[in-house]
Amino acid sequence: MKILVAVKRVVDFNVKVRIKPDGSDVDIAGVKMGINPFDENALEEALRLKERGKASEVVAVSLGGTANQDVLRHALAMGADRAILVETEVNLQPLGVAKLLKAVVEREQPDLILLGKQAIDSDAGQAGQMLAALLGVGQGVAISAIEIWDEEIVVTREIDGGTETLALRLPAVVTADLRLNEPRYVKLPNLMMAKKKPIQTISAAELGVDASPRLTQLKVADPPPRKPGIKVGSVQELVEKLRVEAKVL
Amino acid sequence: MSVLILAEHDGHKLKKVTRQAVTAARSWQASIHILIVGHHIAAVAQEAAGIAGVTEVIQADAAHLAHPLAEDVAGLLVEHAGHYQVILAPHTRFSKNVLPRTAALLDVAMIADVIAVTGPKSYLRPIYAGNITATVESSDTIQIVTVRASSYAAVTDDGTANIASWAVSATTPLARWLGEKRNVSDRPELATARAVVSGGRSLGSAEQFEAVLAPLAEELKAALGATRAAVDAGYAPNDLQVGQTGTVVAPELYIAVGVSGAIQHTAGMKDSKVIVAINQDPDAPIFQVADYGLVANLFEAVPALVAALRTSAPR
Ligand SMILES: Cc1cc2nc3c(=O)[nH]c(=O)nc-3n(C[C@H](O)[C@H](O)[C@H](O)COP(=O)(O)OP(=O)(O)OC[C@H]3O[C@@H](n4cnc5c(N)ncnc54)[C@H](O)[C@@H]3O)c2cc1C
Ligand SMILES: Nc1ncnc2c1ncn2[C@@H]1O[C@H](COP(=O)(O)O)[C@@H](O)[C@H]1O
Repeated sequence: MKILVAVKRVVDFNVKVRIKPDGSDVDIAGVKMGINPFDENALEEALRLKERGKASEVVAVSLGGTANQDVLRHALAMGADRAILVETEVNLQPLGVAKLLKAVVEREQPDLILLGKQAIDSDAGQAGQMLAALLGVGQGVAISAIEIWDEEIVVTREIDGGTETLALRLPAVVTADLRLNEPRYVKLPNLMMAKKKPIQTISAAELGVDASPRLTQLKVADPPPRKPGIKVGSVQELVEKLRVEAKVL
Repeated sequence: MSVLILAEHDGHKLKKVTRQAVTAARSWQASIHILIVGHHIAAVAQEAAGIAGVTEVIQADAAHLAHPLAEDVAGLLVEHAGHYQVILAPHTRFSKNVLPRTAALLDVAMIADVIAVTGPKSYLRPIYAGNITATVESSDTIQIVTVRASSYAAVTDDGTANIASWAVSATTPLARWLGEKRNVSDRPELATARAVVSGGRSLGSAEQFEAVLAPLAEELKAALGATRAAVDAGYAPNDLQVGQTGTVVAPELYIAVGVSGAIQHTAGMKDSKVIVAINQDPDAPIFQVADYGLVANLFEAVPALVAALRTSAPR
């Protein structure tokens, strides 16, 4: 079984991003970037399936500019067999991502496609479901467990108020929740080795896909700040404030 | 043209988030239809027909829709999408599964987790875990939108909508529903509770999480919430996670107990009306969003708070 894993390059989750002076977008120049956390879970799961003999090959794919090579190197260092960069300067949105990934899937013919459940920059949470729709295959969204049967996989996914279990016919698209696993640390020698591995580059134009954005970002802003709070000295004072000042008791 | 709302319900009753989505739907000043997907849902349809401003309730009733698959619901929506200018749902795990699939089949974008509708095709939504808000405009003819329920008040009853039905096709061969596990609790539902008491990793065990926080939740008739660290450690079930990747809440009162206040957590609670933080570290980031901060050991402060609430309560 061949597994394709989509990895996005995003601002590191610890960074508090700032807005450009003209308010048009966030300013990510010089900001620490890395692999989207959920995509790391997706990749980890693919690697574990391979280590358990359930998968034969794990291919990582990223869409975007040449800078995305760093997340693909990270994926190779974690243990991916191959890496593909679909190069485009287009401002990608989930539908465009899904269309480009569909073209890659048609070339690579994987049995299972793993994505993260959500990119932590745009917080969209859509590309996997959209890809499944375009491919006409089943989807397992926000999964916390996966099991391979013969022609099917069984996934446990988070629903409001609990979890549900689904069987999906292969090929299928699955999106990883953070709870799926604990991604391995990348060891330095592996990172050095990954630097030497080739990354296959395909231009988006070559795939013949129109991935242009449908949404225009008009502006960005800081959310309204909360008014500053106070520290109370005791439990009694807290109860007093909640009752008299905040009137929430 | 109309707005179609994909209802959230438990098979017996509509969830409050559906009524909140109706308020959002009013932004378009078009007629509002509500789709109820499920099995034996007549009571839910009746209830929806009573919501003020709803002009039509549509039932999609079939045995296989008792546990609806995204593949089936998206197929159903696509069949009827031509009649609608907007397909809208509260931003829940159900709609997050169904609507992106629907959007892709219709070849349109989806706008997720909207906190304000700023024009017929423009929206305000949080990005970067709520650190930034973005105003976006869509160029598509059909708008597929999920709204953050806590940004909208719930519509009450005052309507008598017509109830119709859609024919339902056979289920997809692509996926099968095998089963589910529900976390049963008598406490109010996290997403819509008036008060929420949340605990972090510092509670130390599932037993202590319950023993320390349950009496406080009881006293305040509050829902319990948790940080991801507490959930990962197994102190609380997954669906109690508050934050960027859990549930977003905005109750009247939010009490964060032994919670550090990582942005991924505050993303899910910083719009609460009143925030209380109890943490022994005076520099914990949670104090930056708290209205009332108490620097204390939670294992002493919480029982003391419960006792104080009991004795001082003017009931
Ligand atoms: C992609 C991504 C998504 C995430 N999504 C979420 C999310 O949705 N929700 C979420 O919550 N987190 C999320 N996280 C995790 C988040 O970054 C934090 O790691 C997490 O919120 C920390 O949980 P905590 O506050 O319980 O633990 P800690 O950060 O360990 O904090 C414990 C706090 O308890 C205090 N404390 C310890 N003992 C006591 C005591 N006896 N009395 C009083 N105070 C005490 C300490 O001072 C400390 O402030 C996400 C992370 C990533 C990378
Ligand atoms: N530019 C990209 N390159 C590769 N994968 C991506 C890209 N954008 C999104 N994805 C994948 O789609 C998932 C969901 O993204 P989103 O729908 O944008 O929240 C991510 O976790 C990735 O697995």
